[in-house]
Amino acid sequence: MEPTQPSAIHEIPNQYSIPWSVAFQVSWAGVRRRIFRSAITMLGVVLAIALLTYMFVTQNITESLVNTNDDALFILLQKAGVDPFSANRVDSMTILLITLSLITCLVGIINAMLMSVTERIKEIGTLKCLGALDSFIVKSYFIESSLQGFLGTLFGIAIGLLVAILIATTNYGRAVFTFFPGLAAVKSILIAAVTGLLISIVASIAPAYWAAKKEPVEAMRVEE
Amino acid sequence: MKDQKNIIQIRDVSKVYRRGVEEVHALRSVTIDIERGNYVSIMGPSGSGKSTLFNIIGGLDSPSSGEVFIDGFRLSDLSSRQLAWVRCRRIGFIFQSFNLIPSMTALENVAIARIFAGFSPAQARRDAGQTLERVGLGHRLHHLPSQVSGGQQQRIAIARALVNQPSIILADEPTGNLDLHTGEEIINLIGEMKAKFGITIITATHDMKMLSASDVVVWIKDGAVEKTARKGEINIEVGTIDGKTLA
Ligand SMILES: Nc1ncnc2c1ncn2[C@@H]1O[C@H](COP(=O)(O)OP(=O)(O)OP(=O)(O)O)[C@@H](O)[C@H]1O
Ligand SMILES: [Mg+2]
Repeated sequence: MEPTQPSAIHEIPNQYSIPWSVAFQVSWAGVRRRIFRSAITMLGVVLAIALLTYMFVTQNITESLVNTNDDALFILLQKAGVDPFSANRVDSMTILLITLSLITCLVGIINAMLMSVTERIKEIGTLKCLGALDSFIVKSYFIESSLQGFLGTLFGIAIGLLVAILIATTNYGRAVFTFFPGLAAVKSILIAAVTGLLISIVASIAPAYWAAKKEPVEAMRVEE
Repeated sequence: MKDQKNIIQIRDVSKVYRRGVEEVHALRSVTIDIERGNYVSIMGPSGSGKSTLFNIIGGLDSPSSGEVFIDGFRLSDLSSRQLAWVRCRRIGFIFQSFNLIPSMTALENVAIARIFAGFSPAQARRDAGQTLERVGLGHRLHHLPSQVSGGQQQRIAIARALVNQPSIILADEPTGNLDLHTGEEIINLIGEMKAKFGITIITATHDMKMLSASDVVVWIKDGAVEKTARKGEINIEVGTIDGKTLA
């Protein structure tokens, strides 16, 4: 692929477009090295998904315990503030709380990504001087945000699950494990995972396009 | 159409920046021909328009009027994807503040430019390693920019500029952030690249040391070309210019 010597204007090739797989390798290295900065962006996802997972799994556990029709467990459930007769209904407060936390999370990621783009305006300009196309910038910021969303979601699920089981065990003892609602919990975790990924993908669209709009001349910007 | 002798032709280029009602004439009908394989230094005081001229030559900014030809092609005729190709394959940029990507190692910083040219990451890393060796950094491949000195960072940037075998190097004050001695080493290295690969070098500088390496020196002042001197003439000129700047 030696540079050709174009003799007419239409012989000057269009710049090569970097495939997703290569953009992924480049972004992955960046996320790993800027792990502290990435963690800040991830934190929003971690908290929101942890809350979501916690609430869903707790709901699964109480439902499963209510269904045992065990008198001793009913006393424990009532002590923990659960009404055994309405336990299979998710109340509107919970839904509101979850929705709010997800919106906060979305805004949080967008904000953190915009900040991270602002910090790297000069870097984006430099990449464009080296021949990066807008599409490469979009891809790499999109991948970066999705990776952070993916990792954040994983941590969030782990934390939410752990806390839900921990609190349930303190309230109801070993019964939690005896009657653990495995299938329902897996379903809850899947919902949380999809939600986390969806939010981080949606949140990354605007910052990625904003980053790609930066001009190569930004490379010359003098900082401080 | 194709000019074999002049790789860059700058024709009557003017640039006006508008800040509200105020107009800044950063360049005033600048015309310069740059010969293939020459080392051209653009000299001028701060604010004289050197960076503006560089940005326009590199296709990073467009002139308010006038035209720039590279290899005989008018830059304004190129599509944005063609312009990206020209920046990638024809021009190597070197910056005053090095502009390395802080989260990438020396090797990755150089390899990314090669990846943009369409090479596989594995091939890009091989080529990057060789180019880094050529600039004397074979032993620093896996260091981050923050882990090497300023002079070494600029060497990484030079390797990055060279890795796609460009025909032009554009260096806006490449020694501006370096001490005297390191700056001299960098200038020598850039001069070597000209000698070895026949690359056309264009640097902007306030730095008199640059002159000895130059084939042509262009002085600009208030956005206009004040004078142009070729090699043999430079030594005589240095005295006067030195006198002027020192006074
Ligand atoms: N983006 C801009 N908007 C408005 N004015 C600008 C802009 N860029 C440069 N200028 C003005 O244009 C003139 C030329 O600036 P330029 O940066 O080209 O000078 P320079 O010779 O590179 O200076 P230095 O040696 O300090 O780098 C200056 O008066 C500067 O203030
Ligand atoms: Mg300048």
